[in-house]
Amino acid sequence: MNRFLWPLIGFAVLVVLLAVGLNLNPRDVPSPLVGKPAPAFALARLDAPERQFSPKEMLGKVWLLNVWASWCVSCRQEHPVLVELAKRQSVPLVGLNYKEVRGDGAIDSGKLDAAAEKRMVIERAGGWLARHGDPYSLSVLDIDGRVGIDYGVYGVPETYVIDKAGIIRMKHTGPVTPDILAGKILPLLGELSR
Amino acid sequence: MRRWLLILLVALAGIAGNGPQAREAAPLAADEATERRLVAISSELRCLVCQNESLSGSNAELANDLRREIRNLIHEGRSDAEIMEFMVSRYGDFVRYRPPLKGTTLLLWFGPGLLFVAALAALLLYLRRRERALADQRPLSGDETRRAEALLHDRDAPPRP
Repeated sequence: MNRFLWPLIGFAVLVVLLAVGLNLNPRDVPSPLVGKPAPAFALARLDAPERQFSPKEMLGKVWLLNVWASWCVSCRQEHPVLVELAKRQSVPLVGLNYKEVRGDGAIDSGKLDAAAEKRMVIERAGGWLARHGDPYSLSVLDIDGRVGIDYGVYGVPETYVIDKAGIIRMKHTGPVTPDILAGKILPLLGELSR
Repeated sequence: MRRWLLILLVALAGIAGNGPQAREAAPLAADEATERRLVAISSELRCLVCQNESLSGSNAELANDLRREIRNLIHEGRSDAEIMEFMVSRYGDFVRYRPPLKGTTLLLWFGPGLLFVAALAALLLYLRRRERALADQRPLSGDETRRAEALLHDRDAPPRP
């Protein structure tokens, strides 16, 4: 009896380990930036390209930074959730438009000079927000993806919760679903705003 | 003469026409040493988009960007350790193919060794126990041997109690 029980127990353990392992999300990589100050940047604003936005301006406020691009399919999926959030909540939502032109494989951006690329970025990003609704307090243009690297972006969309002291308190990779919003982001916002 | 000129013109037009359509190769650093260091560093790093590929072998957009970033850091004269730190501070220990030894990675580093030692101990224990069990069996006495042989040779013999 005992002789056959042990292999069975071993098998059961293996099955449980595999079940847990295969159900983990490999994209869920813990960000080393949580608990650290949000990296500084100064980028042109989509609504007023001659003006720049910097995270310093948000000190004293709890805010969300959402990385998006018009070529990003998952962004379209999460967009209604963000639009709904912007209607209900007064939390500032800043969009980081990530490699709008360069990230789109369909465009050969090597042919464009910087000014032409910026014009194209503004036209595409602005057009997309006009069509799908604009939940953002403002969006900034990360044309070459440099700021994205500083924020450890590796899969658009990504969302950061940043507290009053400018510390990143949470990072979510992938589309924001109503569940994640209600279960994780909103409670954290409530806690940080107190 | 005029024909040659025409051929030349056509050829030039061909080059000019083809040029912009061909995708440009990623810019190579001028010196070979930089490229060698780039390859050495980036083979130690994981591409986060296609997670089982190294940064040096990946063709993902982000991998291109990160290689460009590493190239810039090399040009700025940063050391390998500083470049590694640059990557880890943004993407976490996950980007390293060789995770550092620390509290959270102890199991990762020593787990296989522990498993091996445990399996070896179990095997030794089992072998010793079996040996003892075998040693416990005393050999048959002369009478028992004869009875066993009789049973083997004579199928019709009635079994004795």
